[in-house]
Amino acid sequence: MIYKETGQYKSSYKSDHAIFPLLQDKIAFSTLMFVAFLIIPFVINSYWEKAILVPFLIFSLAAIGLNILTGYCGQVSLGTGGFMAVGAFSTYKIMTYFPDMNIMIIILISGLITAAVGIIFGLPSLRIKGFYLAVATLASQFFLVWLFNKVPWFYNYSDTGQITVSERTMFGIPVTGAEAPSYATYLFCLVLVVLLSFAAKNLIRSKMGRSWMAIRDMDIAAEIIGVPPLKTKLSAFAISSFYIGIAGALYFAVFLGAIEVTESFDIMTISFPVLFMIIIGGLGSMLGSFLGAAFVVTLPIGLKFLMVDMVGLSAVTAKHFEITIWGLLMIVFLIVEPHGLARLWSIAKEKLRRWPFPY
Amino acid sequence: MRIKQLLIGMTASVIAVSSYIEMAVADLKFPMLVYRTGAYAPNGIPNADGFVDYYKMINARDGGIGGEKILHPECETGYKTQVGVECYEKNKKDAMVFQPMSTGITYQLIPKATADGVTVYSTGYGRTSAANGKVFKWIFNAPVTYWDGASIAVRHILKQNFGNIKGKKIALVYHNSAYGKEPIRTLETLAKKHGYKLMLLPVDHPGQEQKATWLKIRKARPNYVLMWGWGVMNQVAIKSAASIKFPMENFIGIWWSGSENDVLPAGQGAHGYKSLTFNAPGTNYQVHKDIKKYVHDKGEASGDGSHFGTVLYNRGLFQAMVQVEAAAVAQKIHGTSKITPAMYRDGMENVNLSAKRLEELGFKDFAPPFKNSCENHGGSGLAAVQQWDAKTKKWNMITEYMYGDSDVVQKLIAEDSSKYAAEQKIAERCN
Repeated sequence: MIYKETGQYKSSYKSDHAIFPLLQDKIAFSTLMFVAFLIIPFVINSYWEKAILVPFLIFSLAAIGLNILTGYCGQVSLGTGGFMAVGAFSTYKIMTYFPDMNIMIIILISGLITAAVGIIFGLPSLRIKGFYLAVATLASQFFLVWLFNKVPWFYNYSDTGQITVSERTMFGIPVTGAEAPSYATYLFCLVLVVLLSFAAKNLIRSKMGRSWMAIRDMDIAAEIIGVPPLKTKLSAFAISSFYIGIAGALYFAVFLGAIEVTESFDIMTISFPVLFMIIIGGLGSMLGSFLGAAFVVTLPIGLKFLMVDMVGLSAVTAKHFEITIWGLLMIVFLIVEPHGLARLWSIAKEKLRRWPFPY
Repeated sequence: MRIKQLLIGMTASVIAVSSYIEMAVADLKFPMLVYRTGAYAPNGIPNADGFVDYYKMINARDGGIGGEKILHPECETGYKTQVGVECYEKNKKDAMVFQPMSTGITYQLIPKATADGVTVYSTGYGRTSAANGKVFKWIFNAPVTYWDGASIAVRHILKQNFGNIKGKKIALVYHNSAYGKEPIRTLETLAKKHGYKLMLLPVDHPGQEQKATWLKIRKARPNYVLMWGWGVMNQVAIKSAASIKFPMENFIGIWWSGSENDVLPAGQGAHGYKSLTFNAPGTNYQVHKDIKKYVHDKGEASGDGSHFGTVLYNRGLFQAMVQVEAAAVAQKIHGTSKITPAMYRDGMENVNLSAKRLEELGFKDFAPPFKNSCENHGGSGLAAVQQWDAKTKKWNMITEYMYGDSDVVQKLIAEDSSKYAAEQKIAERCN
């Protein structure tokens, strides 16, 4: 009943190609946008901002980036942390060199710089595939983190290797630094995420996205029908890195404010969690990127809340449980629903379509 | 059906979360950021136990501070910055003071806590230049800073060489993070002053992999090795030093690299290893008797109670004592037992732990006296050297508490804090 498409006629190609062809989806999406833009900014507090919403938005962006590369183009990457570090350090360097530049422009430039770095590290993908590529990107992760820690120029010769953001404003309201109000940082991230997700969604439906998928499904066949592997793979690396770079820039400038590269962009804090996000969320699905990010960001906090604040376990026992539950969930997910949360959602949609008269 | 239940459950939990956060707290809240899991747990656990036991003892013996009970909710960070931020945001409302126990989280909290008006007390760690109270209003790092520590270590080496260490080689094995990098500039400045050669050997997080580091030491044969390590890195370093037969009495760790957990795994090999400290080891103090009587004997010891009297446990006691004392001072200044976070900061700034006051608190000869002031948030700058005796399994103090090279350190602090003040547009106070 709920997802009935009966009676929704498409009379033009344009309406048939809409991102949300179903009326129900359109309504749901508009409601979501309404809540996100017009309700949350008024009720948000700093806990929801710093612990849940801003990290969720930033990791969604990183997950979209990795999903473009891994989910759509089939190139496994473990270098997410390294690329996010590129975004963060570009932002820092540009910020200190051009104190008057608008933060939005700085962040977009950082994305472009990361895209360039992504192309360089994407070059081996033309020769190596699968696990071997994963190892090559792993090398990029370690190399980039090492580089930003080793060369003092990147952190402006500070004694500790820490980089700290200074205050930047949009329309007179601070969006970076400790004084930035919760709604401002949240809206800043939200606007970037919404715009970039639409761009990604449309890119995936364009010629470029289809050639990525052709390469993913069978690269030799794709080459034979005229998809150039060089251009396709490198464009996937570039665009994926662009998104990850912006995520890294926001992670540094808006979310944490002060960063130390070895700790904040460690493989265990960024690269693997983002890979889990797209695996849990769903490889090759935009919705999956968001669901995965939401799951990975909120699960530890939710479990902690449930066990420590509701049940009253001690913090350390709860942590041990959390680690165990996390591991179990990963295994259960991979066995029960290897296509991720996005697939669960489409099953739910199917069910809702027939509800309350399933057959 | 299941989806519906799930949705109801989710909404309920969302409402519950938000109502929990809004909940107001009475009493005095001292939130604890601890790490009893992860690579740094061996050092995080005894320290956290010291804190909890002291708070429990104050609640049981004195009925709290000035009649106000101490609340000490724990939040497990696993030494991770991002989790630390979550813990801070969750607990910052009405919080008196945060003790992050991690240099990374401290750096993270300095701007946030300053904006929110919450005191951060990083006891002998964190950002060294926070000792300058003119710039860092809400941040305290008494009683001693890393730069003091580095110069005290060099002073100790100088003493052993009768004041001349020209041409000697000193290696610094450090945790490759903000924490480990802290002493480098001081050691470089001192190298110029005293004419020794400095060798820098970074060890990456978490510190298990040190083969290359110690191979280099074996080849270069430095006369002394200093260490800025934490967690599992300490154990591995001391074991590696023992296995290459490095003379242990020439191996000096910072105060975070000198606990029982760090030396025990190396067995007899660790005999003679030295570390700095700003508090005494052992259980021969009034405070230990009180904790035994009011907490341990009632079966309420934090954790398994096995860390009683160890170096890091005692340091936890010291840290907790300063935090509690600051609340008591604030109550006296403002004439009310119900102090606000802003009043608490005034208390911390006027803490005066004289020898007499330390004795009253049950800490006689436990640590050197120190006091904070508007300009000085860094305390006395005193630390001593302790040495490990592997046969009796005990740390022994082998020197008096001594000052670092305050000419060098004060200059560096002024330089770094004024750089920070310019960056963040902070006007100097206390003028």
